[in-house]
Amino acid sequence: MRRLILWGVALCLLALAPLFLRSYTLYILSLAGVYVIATLGLNLLTGYAGQLSIGHAGFLAIGAYTSALLVARLGLPFWLSIPLAGLLTGLTGFILLVPALRLTAIYLAIATLGFGAAVAEILPRWTALTGGYQGMKVPKAVLFGLALDSDVKLYYLTLSIVIVMLLLARNIVDSKMGRAFIALRDQERAAQACGISLTRYKAYAFFISAFYTGIAGGLYSFVVGYISPGEFDLAKSLLIFMMMALGGMASLPGSVLGALFLSFLPHWLSGFRGLQQFIYGAALVLVVIFMPYGFWGFVRRWTMPDKLERLPRPLRAVVEFVRG
Amino acid sequence: MLAQLILSGLASGSLYAMMAIGLILVYKTTHILNFGYGDMTMFSTFIAYMLLTWYKLPFAVAFFGAIACGLLLGVIVDRGFLKLAKDAPVTSLFIATLGIGMILEAVAGWIWGYDTKPFPYVIKGPPLFLGGVVIRRHDLLVFGVAGAIALLLFAMFKFTDLGIAMRATAQNRQAARLMGIDVGKIATLSWALGVGLGALAGVLIAPIVFLDLSRMILVMIKAVAAAVLGGFTSLPGAIVGGLLLGVMENLTIYMPAALAPLKTTFVFLLIIIVLAIRPQGLLGEPVGRRV
Repeated sequence: MRRLILWGVALCLLALAPLFLRSYTLYILSLAGVYVIATLGLNLLTGYAGQLSIGHAGFLAIGAYTSALLVARLGLPFWLSIPLAGLLTGLTGFILLVPALRLTAIYLAIATLGFGAAVAEILPRWTALTGGYQGMKVPKAVLFGLALDSDVKLYYLTLSIVIVMLLLARNIVDSKMGRAFIALRDQERAAQACGISLTRYKAYAFFISAFYTGIAGGLYSFVVGYISPGEFDLAKSLLIFMMMALGGMASLPGSVLGALFLSFLPHWLSGFRGLQQFIYGAALVLVVIFMPYGFWGFVRRWTMPDKLERLPRPLRAVVEFVRG
Repeated sequence: MLAQLILSGLASGSLYAMMAIGLILVYKTTHILNFGYGDMTMFSTFIAYMLLTWYKLPFAVAFFGAIACGLLLGVIVDRGFLKLAKDAPVTSLFIATLGIGMILEAVAGWIWGYDTKPFPYVIKGPPLFLGGVVIRRHDLLVFGVAGAIALLLFAMFKFTDLGIAMRATAQNRQAARLMGIDVGKIATLSWALGVGLGALAGVLIAPIVFLDLSRMILVMIKAVAAAVLGGFTSLPGAIVGGLLLGVMENLTIYMPAALAPLKTTFVFLLIIIVLAIRPQGLLGEPVGRRV
């Protein structure tokens, strides 16, 4: 019950955000929402199912181009294009399943890196479809006759999709499937001995992860309004990976925090001309040093009963309220 | 033609192999994938560049300057940063190496600027002809250095106490510690050796690809691919993987013309096929944990 109240308050704050935030901040917030979804997808695969991937920008690209092309070329309604982009990207996730059934750890990471590099190389050369290096303009999103043409409207759209995807992710994690992921991650052989099919659950993990990232990509194309192949490079794959690892592996709230932090960090730093990269790098190192298990690991550690007494009183009251 | 392609493939392959060994040295003892490696190499190579062109010092000095910088960087990264993050998971430490790379890139930009710089060849002179095959003099140097490094490392791991301690740490950290090996010191030494080796490779790569802030990262990615191809836990594997990758890259010339722009994709596809047949890389130890 108390948790519900907390979520209600958080939701109200988010819903009212457009009243007191600048349009530009809302745009960054929408973009952060896109990354939240992609990070959730990666976290389900890497954090929960234990399959490393540093090629998720490939899925993001496939999702973005699919939804943009479905609307621009086939004239499909916008609300249909995003789930379709998710489904199609989910199916391409099975491409990675082929190496994933044989490879683990760093070997799999290189296979996924190769997948990302392949997508980045094919996209600009398939000019007939993608418009080549110059990229393509994405039509404005229209939802049942209502044009989503302002940052505020796109913000609400993103917010609602993020909430749906978060709830879905929570249900996946709490379901039999989520437990199977964790079992396979921690003790592959033991889990198989208990009757969990490695092949099937790896397939699920890759499909779901690619599906999430595809949805994120679809949303990305409409939020930004313009996509080009250069955006979906190794740096973006690493960005999504950093969002996941800095937020906290195998943690859904962590994914939200990580994606928000790394989306806003470059904008907080825009005032420090010439220093951005230095501070960005230093921030990564400092977070790792002081929060080795990510943001959510940090929160968890400081809300343990024995640490709670050392927190300042107002913060303690909040934690105790949520704990109930 | 074929012999020519293979030979120049072997030359660039030796460089990938050297870089790959630096990655593996760190990975074996600490289980960290050092993704700041490209930037660390870039930084050390810029030190050599500065000694050469700003202070007009001889090549030997620049060479050792770069290696010293690499060794020092390795020690600083391990002792100054990674040791501070006590019992952090390796995924977090991987991110820390990325962060360190960004810091180095920023600093290098301030000191040496953002434009691409030509890096002088150590040995100048016309290429040699060897029965219809052309060899650059620089390639001979690369072969020589790579061979010497391989022999030195082999001797170190086989015969010296330090090498045996490193192997023991790689095999079983806990047991090595119980045998009285200072595991922390071994980790620091691996970092120093690994980054130092990268610096050495960097000085040899820079004349070929030129020197700027980001180019070494591309070389690093190839080194990672080479290391994985050979088996990420095996030093001879890194050599085999590096040479194979270099040759494979050159032989993509024989691909059908329609596929020619997809060179990277094709190389990765080959790597994935090799890995699908041998999941632990060509010479790696089989992975598999006991329950």
